[in-house]
Amino acid sequence: MGKTLAEKILSQNSGSDARAGDIVIAKVDLAFLQDGTAPLALRQLAASGLEQVANPKRVVFFIDHASPSPTPELANDHVLIRDFAVKNGAQLCDIGEGICHQIVVESYANPGEVIIGADSHTVTAGALSAFATGMGSTDVAIAIALGKTWLRVPESFKVVVSGGFKEGVYAKDLSLHLIGIIGADGATYKALEFCGPTIDNMNMSARFTLANMTVEAGAKAGIFSSDDITRRYLEFRGRGDLFRSFQPDPDAEYEQTIEIDVTSLEPAVSMPHAVDNVALAKDLKGEKIEQVFIGTCTNGRLEDMAIAAKMLKGRKRHPTTRLIIAPASRKVLMAAMNAGYITDFLEAGATVLPPGCGPCVGIHQGVLGDGERCLSTANRNFRGRMGNPQSFIYLGSPATAAATAIAGEITDPRELL
Amino acid sequence: MLRGRAFKFGDNISTDDIAPGRWFHLRSNLPELAKHLLEDVNPDFVSRVKPGDFIVAGRNFGQGSSREHAAVIIKMAGVSAIVAKSVARIFFRNAINVGLPVLICDSDKIRDGDELEVDLKGGKVKNVTTGSELTSGKFPEVMLSIIDEGGLIPYIKKHKDFDIS
Ligand code: SF4
Repeated sequence: MGKTLAEKILSQNSGSDARAGDIVIAKVDLAFLQDGTAPLALRQLAASGLEQVANPKRVVFFIDHASPSPTPELANDHVLIRDFAVKNGAQLCDIGEGICHQIVVESYANPGEVIIGADSHTVTAGALSAFATGMGSTDVAIAIALGKTWLRVPESFKVVVSGGFKEGVYAKDLSLHLIGIIGADGATYKALEFCGPTIDNMNMSARFTLANMTVEAGAKAGIFSSDDITRRYLEFRGRGDLFRSFQPDPDAEYEQTIEIDVTSLEPAVSMPHAVDNVALAKDLKGEKIEQVFIGTCTNGRLEDMAIAAKMLKGRKRHPTTRLIIAPASRKVLMAAMNAGYITDFLEAGATVLPPGCGPCVGIHQGVLGDGERCLSTANRNFRGRMGNPQSFIYLGSPATAAATAIAGEITDPRELL
Repeated sequence: MLRGRAFKFGDNISTDDIAPGRWFHLRSNLPELAKHLLEDVNPDFVSRVKPGDFIVAGRNFGQGSSREHAAVIIKMAGVSAIVAKSVARIFFRNAINVGLPVLICDSDKIRDGDELEVDLKGGKVKNVTTGSELTSGKFPEVMLSIIDEGGLIPYIKKHKDFDIS
């Protein structure tokens, strides 16, 4: 019988005939940590007695969550990370470089690799035909030391996407719609494998958005075949030689098939406090929003900046709605600057933050007040996520976010096209 | 055999509920972080929980971020095991890695405050208050041996490698 993408990649990396349900020991091609998870990992590594780094060129530390450091405690955590990276020859992406998942796809991830990150949105790199999954600090610490990890080969759901997006509707809307169907735990332990004519024509930025959000349905991985679009992306990033073609076998076995025709999709919004609590933007008209945040590993790429800039150019944010924009990486920020988007944002009244997670995880740079509502392009809206359990978070696409910032209330972006 | 009281929680308790992001700067000071365990869901939990007690939850316990600190501070509070209908994948692995047992069963039959007796090896949850008994789903071998050693660090110290065939 044929194999799914997850089974193919894990077979190759474990040197075994990996089938759903099997436990395999897989070679880890890339392991990474961020400033919220690395300090504990380093302490666990010390406790394990294995103070070694199997493959320092493929171990990356990111200082992105609290970046630049807002408190002395976090500054000390950053010192610990920098010292370890230097001492062991591991890679370090310090403040200003950007969000781990964005830099992983820009600079590190390749088709066929097994990627382990101490951050749940590690699934993002699945868009490049990698088996990429998030784990906790201890698992990643041991993966760093041994260069391998144990994995249960997941069953896969096949997500077949067809049809053309209407103007103003994006991959983010598809993602929220899909999570609305599956539910926040409907794909727990499973891999979501994306395919179909719409996926075949989708740019990498949109694929990253879809892969990124799969963990919000509980999935272990979100995986795409590698094709010409993947190849061109890798060539653009200077890694064309690392392209490999990965497709599932035609007779691979799936636990479920989900078919979506995007032609009828409309701009979607997740309402507080659950990602699968999905409504249509147009039905939430009149819902006042005090802060809009455009950025994160879900929607902080150049394509997202372009969508927001197109809408914001020549317009102003609503006087009672703050607008915060954080490009996902230094590369994104520079390209957005060169394209004139940053000027458009500043003229529209936005606050532009340095590349990083910004207010997404509630540490700094945009914590909400009691009772305040934020519409964010992030991936989760759990209570307290943005630092205040008395606040409310809505999720939407960059277009919906920009339209909302202009109108001061949740707005279907098609109204402003 | 573990014995203690049930503290009941609902569905979809996230790691932001367990270890709120606004205390991010306390992640390298776990005793301080532990004071904020589950405070937005049940502000009295930390002061009331006694060593040996259980967290009993609905579906998808531990959804969200990979922060292992969430599992660590539950263990630090003295909780002896999580009993839930289902547990999010990363949290599940983290809990096992830090030596916090997880039992998956139909937790609807357990009420807040019930006395429980848990047999980890046999995967049995006995509700002493009501007299009913629940059986937990099976774990993969590798997880069982990590649980046996008390977590991934003691496991690796002993085996120096993943010792599965
Ligand atoms: S942007 Fe948000 S979701 Fe993405 S890695 Fe940073 S904190 Fe996590």
